[in-house]
Amino acid sequence: MAHQRKAVALISGGLDSLLAARVMLEQNIHVEGINFYTGFCVEGHTHAIRKKHQLKPKRNNALWSAEQLGIKLHIIDISEEYKDIVINPKHGYGQNLNPCLDCKIFMVNQARAWGFMADNDFDFIITGEVIGQRPKSQRKETMPVIARESGVNDRLLRPLCAKNLPETLPEREGWVDRDALYGFHGRNRKPQMALAEQFGFTDYAQPAGGCCFLTDANYSKKLADLWQARGERKYEIDDIMLLKIGRHIRPAQNYKVIIGREEGENNYLEGYRKQFAHIRIESHFGPLTLVDGTPDQEDLLQAARIAARFSQGRDAGEVRVEICVPGLDNRFVNVSPIPAQELPKNWYV
Amino acid sequence: MSSENKTFPKQTLDTRGLLCPLPVIRTQDRIKDLQNGAVLEVVASDPGVLHDIPAWCRVHGHHLIETEQVGLDIYVRLRVCKD
Ligand code: SF4
Repeated sequence: MAHQRKAVALISGGLDSLLAARVMLEQNIHVEGINFYTGFCVEGHTHAIRKKHQLKPKRNNALWSAEQLGIKLHIIDISEEYKDIVINPKHGYGQNLNPCLDCKIFMVNQARAWGFMADNDFDFIITGEVIGQRPKSQRKETMPVIARESGVNDRLLRPLCAKNLPETLPEREGWVDRDALYGFHGRNRKPQMALAEQFGFTDYAQPAGGCCFLTDANYSKKLADLWQARGERKYEIDDIMLLKIGRHIRPAQNYKVIIGREEGENNYLEGYRKQFAHIRIESHFGPLTLVDGTPDQEDLLQAARIAARFSQGRDAGEVRVEICVPGLDNRFVNVSPIPAQELPKNWYV
Repeated sequence: MSSENKTFPKQTLDTRGLLCPLPVIRTQDRIKDLQNGAVLEVVASDPGVLHDIPAWCRVHGHHLIETEQVGLDIYVRLRVCKD
């Protein structure tokens, strides 16, 4: 019997990567999935935190795809290495701070590093890319760039649009049958939906913008604010997690406050108490507020007035708060909640 | 629990404070170093693990023993089954 060839499939959790992997299974290729955790993934996070999202059944779409396919899925944490992609994308950003082309190159390269290492011994890599599907990263011109710059070259196969691309090694060598691949192109999703139906996939995920928070305008604005305030384009994983949570209000360059909007967010913010200055409302029911940056005593009082505004004491003359700064004794003070007219719209990040 | 416990002391992994998929990734990385038959207890705070770790176990063929919620802590116990 012919040696069964092995492909690593980049599985995002969306329909295209699910179909691409399935097309390979049809051709008797051994497929295993790889999925990357960048820190910006939409999966899970806010769903886990915010109550209103908890009504929807939660699932990790990449794992769900793997189950549908009956393949293994390896989830790799690339969040540290990925920083450089977000901070310095050689090919620039898309509509927001999404470095899609650099991101694709990086992920395919990581899949290569994982799949072609001696222990794993895979023969080629597949993605669910479709020419013309995304304006920046999935164009006819970017396809060879990804293959070349990832170092995967002609071992990178896109089963859904292979017929519109030059032959790759797996096709030339006869590991896969080019005639049984597809020639999808453009933004029309109908061919994918038809193929999904043919394979019997029904409940698949349909992400709106892209696979991560960087395609989200509000999120990108918060990240840009963070860089601007710090005077350098850098972030820690905690920073980018916190950008997904709560109201962010920046009264001054040197600090911002992060206010929980509901119980789930407050619980999550509690986990950061030891790292951040924070404010608790003592006299009324109110959210936990973190203070990020380098606030001085005045700033902390201002932060406390803002926090008080979002408590049930917002209309009271005074609200008692506890101001906690790591390494210092906690202080109890009475503050007057900041009135709406003193809280300009442009403080909201 | 089953007899595997006699041969392998239960291993534990604390992922509290981490959001999915990180608890799954930590579980996966930990299992790499465990032997077939070993029992791993993962404790987490993200309820997403109730869905994600069992799903991960299913795709890799590991055996989910049980899940348990104690206050805010969630325990997932599984037995490593390597090919
Ligand atoms: S949407 Fe996000 S994860 Fe997807 S390619 Fe673009 S930058 Fe990468």
